[in-house]
Amino acid sequence: MATRASLANPRPPRIAEAQIRLLERLCNACAVSGNESEVRKIVLEQVKPYASEVRVDALGNVLAVRLGQTSQPLRVMVAAHMDEVGLMLVDDEGDGIFRFDVIGGLNASQLVAKSVFVGREHVPGVIGRPIRISEDNDRDEKLTLDDLRIDVSPDNAKRVKAGDYATFSTAFARLGASLRAKAMDDRIGVANLIELLRNAPPNIDLLAAFTVQEEVGLRGARVAGYALNPDLALVLDCTPAHDLPFWEGDSTAAGQENTHYNTRLGAGPAIYISDASTIHDPRLIRHLMETAEQLRIPYQIRQPGGGGTDAGAIHRQRFGIPSVSLSVPGRYIHTPASLVRLEDWKNTLRLAHAALSRLTPAVLAADR
Amino acid sequence: MSEPVTFLKELISVAGLSGYESPVRELLQAAWRPLVDEMQVSRLGSLHAIRRGSASEPRPALLYAAHMDAIGMMVSGLLDGFLRITEVGGLDPRILPGQLVTVHARKDLPGVVVQLPAHLLPAEAGETLGKLGGLLVDVGLSASEVQKLARVGDLVSFAQPPIELSEEYLAGHSLDNRASLAALTECLQALQGRQTAWDVWFVATAQEEETFGGAQTSAFQLRPALAVAIDVTFGSAPGSPAYLTSPLGKGPTLGWGANIHPGLYRRFKELAERLEMPYKTELMPTYSGTDAEVMQIVAQGIPTMVLSIPLRYMHTPVEMVSLKDIARAGRLLAEFAVQLEPDFMDRLTWEEGE
Repeated sequence: MATRASLANPRPPRIAEAQIRLLERLCNACAVSGNESEVRKIVLEQVKPYASEVRVDALGNVLAVRLGQTSQPLRVMVAAHMDEVGLMLVDDEGDGIFRFDVIGGLNASQLVAKSVFVGREHVPGVIGRPIRISEDNDRDEKLTLDDLRIDVSPDNAKRVKAGDYATFSTAFARLGASLRAKAMDDRIGVANLIELLRNAPPNIDLLAAFTVQEEVGLRGARVAGYALNPDLALVLDCTPAHDLPFWEGDSTAAGQENTHYNTRLGAGPAIYISDASTIHDPRLIRHLMETAEQLRIPYQIRQPGGGGTDAGAIHRQRFGIPSVSLSVPGRYIHTPASLVRLEDWKNTLRLAHAALSRLTPAVLAADR
Repeated sequence: MSEPVTFLKELISVAGLSGYESPVRELLQAAWRPLVDEMQVSRLGSLHAIRRGSASEPRPALLYAAHMDAIGMMVSGLLDGFLRITEVGGLDPRILPGQLVTVHARKDLPGVVVQLPAHLLPAEAGETLGKLGGLLVDVGLSASEVQKLARVGDLVSFAQPPIELSEEYLAGHSLDNRASLAALTECLQALQGRQTAWDVWFVATAQEEETFGGAQTSAFQLRPALAVAIDVTFGSAPGSPAYLTSPLGKGPTLGWGANIHPGLYRRFKELAERLEMPYKTELMPTYSGTDAEVMQIVAQGIPTMVLSIPLRYMHTPVEMVSLKDIARAGRLLAEFAVQLEPDFMDRLTWEEGE
C-alpha cells in the first residue's frame, strides 16, 4: 500500500539478489514466439499481488493495470515482450533426428553444436550436423539450416514431435559484473516491468503489457496498444551492443573507430531516437534525457538505424500513441548466450522509474 | 566406485587439453588405483597402469590405449578486454560462435566465443586471418581485469555441461575420447576377481589430438606384444553414408585395414560372436586416425587392433554416445584379455586357418 509519504517520494525499485534470481528464472524459461506460456506463468504469479486488474488477452499478452492515486493520472502503457527467438521441429527423419526451422532472427552460424530443450517437457537435445563424416573437407563453406538437425537421441525419438518448439538450454550465469544467459532479449525488459509494477509511481495509471510475438512482427503489442488505449507508451527492451574491437586492434592509433556499435555495454540505458519501425516521440526522448541528467543516471543514445521494438506497433495504434523505447544494452542477443552488465540493468530500471514518476500532462502538451 | 555414467560425466566435466592432461589423469588415477597393481606417469604425461598376469616370466604384455586429451583452444592474444584464440587439436571454426567456454587464467573465467562482424575485420580478411581469425572470447570483465587475470598461453576449454539425453545416451564435450576411458574402466571392473595369463597395461595416452606423442612413447617404453587402440568413430544418422559411419547403440566397431593385424581382427570378431555381442566391422582402408597408427610402427613393430565406439558430432561440445556401446566395449576388452593364451603370439597368423 502506498502511503502519503510514498506518494510524495515513490520508492525507487532496487535490483538485489531476489531480482537477479527472478531474471534467472525468466531467462531459463522457454518461450519462443507463439509459445509464451512458461514466461506468462511467471509473470502472472509475480504481478497478481500488485495489479488491480490482470487479464490474458486473445493472443496471450498479459495486461496488468495498476491505478494511480492522483486525480486524472496519465494512462501510461509500459510494454516488454515475453517471447524469444527460437526453433521449431518440422520433420521427423528417424533415429531421434529432426529437421527444424527458426522462429525470429536467428542466424544458422549460431546454432551449430549447441544444446537445446525441446517441447513442454524440456527434452534435452543437441543441434548437430549428422551426416558430417570428416573434419576438413568443406570448412570454407558456411553451414546453413539445411545442414543442421536437432538430435534428441534414438531413445527419445517418440517423446518429441514435429510442431514442438525448442530453445537453447544455456543456463544463466554471473560473470563478474556481467550476466550471461539466453533470451536476455527481452526477459530483462520483463523483469524491469515487473519491478515497475511492484513499485508503481502513484502519479500514473500503469498499464503493463507483457507482450507476445514481438520477434515475429510485434503482433502482441499491436492488439495490446489498442486494448489499453494509453496516453503514451514506454517500451522496455534489450538492444544489441556491437561494441567490439577491430580485429587488428589499436583502433584509436590507427585513426579507426567502430562506427557501428549501436550501443555500448556499461554506458547506461539506451534511449531510442529512431529505428526501422518507429520515429520515437521527441518530447518523451527529451523527458528521458532530462530525467537522466537531473538524477545523474548515465545513459546513451542508441544509434539510429535498423531494428525495432514493440513501439513500432504501438505508436501507430488508434489515433497514434506517443511512444519511446528504452533498452538495456546487450551483447550477442539472438545467440545462445547474451551478455549484459548488471550496472546497465540497474540504471535502466532507475531511469524508467524516475521518468515515469516525473511524468505530467505538460510533457505531452509541449510541442513535438 | 561410482556408476559408469557418473564417472563418465566427471571425465567430461574437466578440461585436460592435449599436453595438459592432469585434470583427467587425476580422475583416472583415483578410479583405477584399487583396480590395478601399479601405476606410473610417462615422461610425456601418459598414465600407465598394469594388471599383472599369471603366466610364467617372461610374460607377454597386452596394451590397451585410449587417449585422454581433449581438443580445445588457447589464448593467443589480448585485445581490448577480449581474448584472441588459437586451436588445440582439430577444430572446425564454424562450431565456435556462441559456444560457452572456460578460460583457465589465473582463475577460471567463464566466457563465450564471439564472431567479429565483417566491418571490424581487415578488408582483405579470409585466408590472412588464420584458422580461428575473427573469433574472440568475451569473459564479461573489464579490459583492466582481463589484463590482470589472463595471458597468452592460457587454455580455453569447452564449458558445455554433460547432457543426459536418456538412460542410454549421453552428450557433451570430450566424449572423444573419455568414452573410451570409461570403457577401459569398465574393463578393469569386469576383470576384478578374474585372472589373465598376460600382463595388461591400461594406458591413458597424452597428446593424441596433436601428435600421437603419448601413445608412441608409451608403446616404446612398455613394449607390449600386442596393442589395441580404443577410440571413437563417426556415428551414423539418417542420410549418412553407411560405410563411413556406424550406428549408435549397436555395439563397438572392429577396425579392418592396413593399421590392423588381421589375426587380431579375427580374434576380436570371433570373440564378439561368441559373446553374442553386436559389432560392426569398420573399414579403415589407409588410416585409422587413432593411436594405433603410431603404436604399430614402434621399435620393431607391434601387431595392433582398433576398437571404436560410435559417436555423433565428433569434435564439437555436443558429442553423443551410447552408454551401452561403452559397456560392450569394456566387456569385449575384458574377455579378450582373459582369453589370451600364454602362447597366443605363436598362434597369431596372417592368413586364416594358417
